[in-house]
Amino acid sequence: MKKYFSFFRLRFSMGLSYRAAAWAGVATQFVWGGMEIAMFLAFYREEPGNFPMTIEGTVSYVWLQQAFLALFAAWMLEAEVFESIKDGNIAYEMCRPMKIYPMLFARAMAMRVSRAALRCLPVLLFAILLPKPYGLEAPEGAGRLALFLGAMILGVLVTVAFGTLIYAVTFFTISPEGLRLLVTSAMDFFNGAIIPLPFFPDKMKQVMEILPFAAMQNVPLRIYSGDLQGNGALRAVMLQAFWLAVLVAAGWAVMARAERKLTVQGG
Amino acid sequence: MIKMEAICKSYRVAKRNAGFKEACRSLLNRRYETVKALDHVSFTIEDGEMVGYIGPNGAGKSSTIKILSGILTPDEGKCLVNGRTPWKDRINHVREIGVVFGQRTQLWWDVPIIDSYQLLKDIYSISKETYNHNLEELTQLLNLKELLKTPARQLSLGQRMRCEIAASLLHGPRLLFLDEPTIGLDAVSKLAVREFILKQNREHKTTVILTTHDMQDIEALTRRIILIGKGRVLMDGDLEQIRQGGENIDETVAELYRAYHI
Repeated sequence: MKKYFSFFRLRFSMGLSYRAAAWAGVATQFVWGGMEIAMFLAFYREEPGNFPMTIEGTVSYVWLQQAFLALFAAWMLEAEVFESIKDGNIAYEMCRPMKIYPMLFARAMAMRVSRAALRCLPVLLFAILLPKPYGLEAPEGAGRLALFLGAMILGVLVTVAFGTLIYAVTFFTISPEGLRLLVTSAMDFFNGAIIPLPFFPDKMKQVMEILPFAAMQNVPLRIYSGDLQGNGALRAVMLQAFWLAVLVAAGWAVMARAERKLTVQGG
Repeated sequence: MIKMEAICKSYRVAKRNAGFKEACRSLLNRRYETVKALDHVSFTIEDGEMVGYIGPNGAGKSSTIKILSGILTPDEGKCLVNGRTPWKDRINHVREIGVVFGQRTQLWWDVPIIDSYQLLKDIYSISKETYNHNLEELTQLLNLKELLKTPARQLSLGQRMRCEIAASLLHGPRLLFLDEPTIGLDAVSKLAVREFILKQNREHKTTVILTTHDMQDIEALTRRIILIGKGRVLMDGDLEQIRQGGENIDETVAELYRAYHI
């Protein structure tokens, strides 16, 4: 266990050294979040009755999403990992007394957490200070906050498990581009990164909410904003745990097969 | 002890002629050729031996090293390293080996070298005393003192290679596989690396398998060479015996390649 934690620690401290990238990220998130909120407000003022979430909830959803973008963004996969699979540098990792799956999992986790650690505070602070209805609202009650935190941890784990599964499949396809593009676009659409799931038509929403993509940022952000409550929220958290187990099992199995069958590229 | 018996490995390689038209055709109808990288390779290496594993480009040297390291599964054949089959018991096997791939890097690009070493310490569960002792010894022998606090990306090739070799030896492996360890090194670094390998072998009885195209490496380090060509072991013996008179070692080897048509 300690070796994977060390892996996490090193990748984490490496992530903290990219300060310029973090500031650029923060600036992007301000602008992006502001634009999204302006858009949602425009729709809301047009016809408040048709709005599937409260406007305060929607605004909080957007700011939290922007603050924790690094935790959930589907496209945040490490080019370095893909490169090492493609050119065979992964050979060194395979010459080590450790399993490849938990190593990649720890690494992906550390990358996301270190990026988020550098970016989230300025965005959160800024969003809290904004006046109503533009700002981030505090959640009602300690119970909801606790459930939000639990769902958030599960959501990050599901996101990382999905990313690690993509790494594992790359051992077989060799070139990551096609798979990566397809999966990350689908993820952005289905996980509520572009538009929160309540905004989709009912039939579509019912299907989308069962998919593993909905077990990522969708659940914690909607619990926070009050859209998911009571039994509905608990069911959603249980579904997150279910998808986490499925994705980890699938990733582990694919990687075990890759370790046995794969060819390290290059001489 | 390393024992390889009749190891075979073939790769399927997609091939096509040059040009756009050919590229389009290969979309529909891709032709594969099977390339035999290793064809019934057998040899035995005793503990504490140093062996030069030589052959022209594409002969199967790297494939052999990968199989011995447990990261490539052969199609057929038996291989036992210290009583274990590398690819079946990878994790226990790799604890006892150190590998240097001259063309690749194991150091983390953006952090100081010492951080990469600390990670290796945890990965191999090296005890604090052993780690400190080995690190001190390696630092001294490979002259790393100035380099340890520098990120890998700011090191020259030769400096980095010395750090790579140290990284592969931190856990005190009984077996060392070196795949072109002196590639791109200047004369001083080459001599330092060679001297270091000799010392490891002498003092720690480390078994060393070395692949290289630099025949001076072979001359300086090993007496026994295994010559491989087109996936087959062509010769296994003492280099001095086949050497005639005063010719230099490159000529001897070129003569060998010609004699075997490889």
